Amino acid sequence: MTKTFILEDLDCAHCAEKIQNETANIAGVIKSKCTLLTQKLKLDLADDADVDAISKEVKSIVNKFEPDVTVIEK
Amino acid sequence: MTKKLRKRLTRITACLLAFVILKIIEEVTGIFEGTPGRYLGLSGYLIVYVAISYDIIKNAILNTIHGSMLDENFLMMIASVGAFFIGSYSEGVAVMLFYQIGEWFQSYAVGKSRDSIKELMSIRPDHAIVLRDGSEEEVDPDDVEVGETIIVRPGERIPLDGVITEGISSLDTMALTGESLPRDVVTGNDVISGCVNLSGLLHIEVTKEFGESTVSKILELVESATDKKAESENFISRFARYYTPAVVIAAVILAVIPSLITGDWPTWIYRALSFLVISCPCALVISIPLSFFGGIGGAGRQGILVKGSSYLEQLDKAEIIAMDKTGTLTKGVFGVDKVIPQSDDISEESLLHIAAISESYSSHPIATSLINEYLTRTGKTSEDLKSEISDITELAGHGIEAVIEGVHYYVGNAKLMRDKNIDTRVKIDASYSSAGEGDADTGANTEEGEAYEGAGTIVYISDEKRLLGCILLSDIIKEDAEAAVKSLTSSGIKRLVMLTGDRHATAKAVAEKIGIREYHSDLLPGDKVDIVEKLISEKSADGRLIFVGDGINDAPVLARADIGIAMGGLGSDAAIEAADIVIMTDEPSKIAKAVAISRRTLRIVRQNIVFAIGVKLLILLLAALGFATMWAAVFADVGVAFIAILNAMRALKTE
Repeated sequence: MTKTFILEDLDCAHCAEKIQNETANIAGVIKSKCTLLTQKLKLDLADDADVDAISKEVKSIVNKFEPDVTVIEK
Repeated sequence: MTKKLRKRLTRITACLLAFVILKIIEEVTGIFEGTPGRYLGLSGYLIVYVAISYDIIKNAILNTIHGSMLDENFLMMIASVGAFFIGSYSEGVAVMLFYQIGEWFQSYAVGKSRDSIKELMSIRPDHAIVLRDGSEEEVDPDDVEVGETIIVRPGERIPLDGVITEGISSLDTMALTGESLPRDVVTGNDVISGCVNLSGLLHIEVTKEFGESTVSKILELVESATDKKAESENFISRFARYYTPAVVIAAVILAVIPSLITGDWPTWIYRALSFLVISCPCALVISIPLSFFGGIGGAGRQGILVKGSSYLEQLDKAEIIAMDKTGTLTKGVFGVDKVIPQSDDISEESLLHIAAISESYSSHPIATSLINEYLTRTGKTSEDLKSEISDITELAGHGIEAVIEGVHYYVGNAKLMRDKNIDTRVKIDASYSSAGEGDADTGANTEEGEAYEGAGTIVYISDEKRLLGCILLSDIIKEDAEAAVKSLTSSGIKRLVMLTGDRHATAKAVAEKIGIREYHSDLLPGDKVDIVEKLISEKSADGRLIFVGDGINDAPVLARADIGIAMGGLGSDAAIEAADIVIMTDEPSKIAKAVAISRRTLRIVRQNIVFAIGVKLLILLLAALGFATMWAAVFADVGVAFIAILNAMRALKTE
């Protein structure tokens, strides 16, 4: 299962990498890929992952590194 | 420019202005010297400082609480606050001001490159008009099922792949292929999603659901293009991981140890603060992927889809290029090679005329080529041709019998001629045999004459009594094949090899015509893999082997080669999947173009790596020795970012 988030106004390469590394550690996330140039965060999730909890976690991680970024679920 | 960027720009401009005014006052009047003046200066600079850096300081504090201390916000805060403490007010403001300018510019550059790939992304259709129970319904393309009929009006984008059931139009395929000439389509033609319908109303029966449609596949490809990172990209992110902590540690050492020895704390703290200013790796981290992304985006605009920056990087090392013949160097469709009339009273044109009329109802590829040849030679339209049709009977497996203006004609193969007792021995005019491609003509004299040596087919045309002439058709070499070979050779590719399953004579004819010296013929699909493996073992360790094929039956070879390039990605799913690079336009000259784009991008990347690391290290050294002021550090940091990003954006321009 994959879940994609659009990170609107994400514009710092360093922050994108940090967001990728931290979201990869969320329980239930197998792989995380944050692409600055498409402003997308793509997560591979385990089958039994709690999607809502993960979304919440993602938002708080993004907010931590880039408070100006709006997270849109897709 | 987004609203957010514009707001930040206003803020930066205002602060910069205030800063410049303060600095001028300080330098010209000297008013900030002495005890009361100093506090005046301090408060002036402090106001500007807060205005320009409140968000950075807020982030720095928040991140420290969250436990990630060594981020660039924090480093900038320490550097600037430190500057204030040692009395260098203007430097403190300058650090933040220029850091903000650098950040702004970085955002701007990223947005700019993103816009340029949005052109590629704009092929995503937002709705489809589907015909259900006789009425039109506007739905999401995702909700249309295979077999349903959609309606596409002029000016609209075709949302799903399908086949035209009604209507004639021309399509703008620019977004998909980079091809600027519109493509004419009629009922029965396959169309792919992403093209814009230019002139007529089209009814299209959907053949693939949206997720499987060309447009979805391409979008996915473009979006994941940054997944396969190039070695130099990985190098730079590894570098950045060690660079920042190393510089920070060096700064601490620089501040403490010499100060303890000399007792001159302000001097050494000042030098250490300069270190911190240069510690931000952002310029490096952004400019390398930005260059690759520019290269990939630029290539995309030329109709070359690159699946990842690592392929763009490897293409630079291309040493051997092996190419499939059919579909890559030749069109894989039959074209009229030669029209050979057999009596003086009949011209090439009238021979083609008879053939075209007779075949005008057939959809066989050979019929299509005959008709196209006639239409292009005479400038007539297919409507003109259809109006002339009289009585046509199809003789299954043999050809066609047509009655035109009361005369019976037969158009077909040798068997048909034998049935009608027509002598098929073709008299070759001296001028034809001397015109080269001797294989073709002598082949026509063979008893069967079905296929002549030059690879192809013969269509005979006779009336009831005698042979009027014949038309030779063969696989057409692409217009730019010869130019492609030339530019690849001149761009330093060591070996060009052509592989084909066709017979030796055919391979030889094509290879000689386009200037390839090395070719292998009579190959089965498995043989191609063997040859590619042999070629791989013959190349140098650093060189790369590239295989170019049409992707339909070449998937194993595409996968085995260091880089697989598929031609004509349009409509061929296998190609998009197996290849690393897809050339949408079908033109072999784009191979050379792709190599050129790769070289250019890599050159830009190397320039940026050497330049950015070089300047930073130089300034670090100068700062440690006391030759570089904090001003120099600020300009080194922002200036390097600025130049590296500008340079990276050059990669986008591929014309």
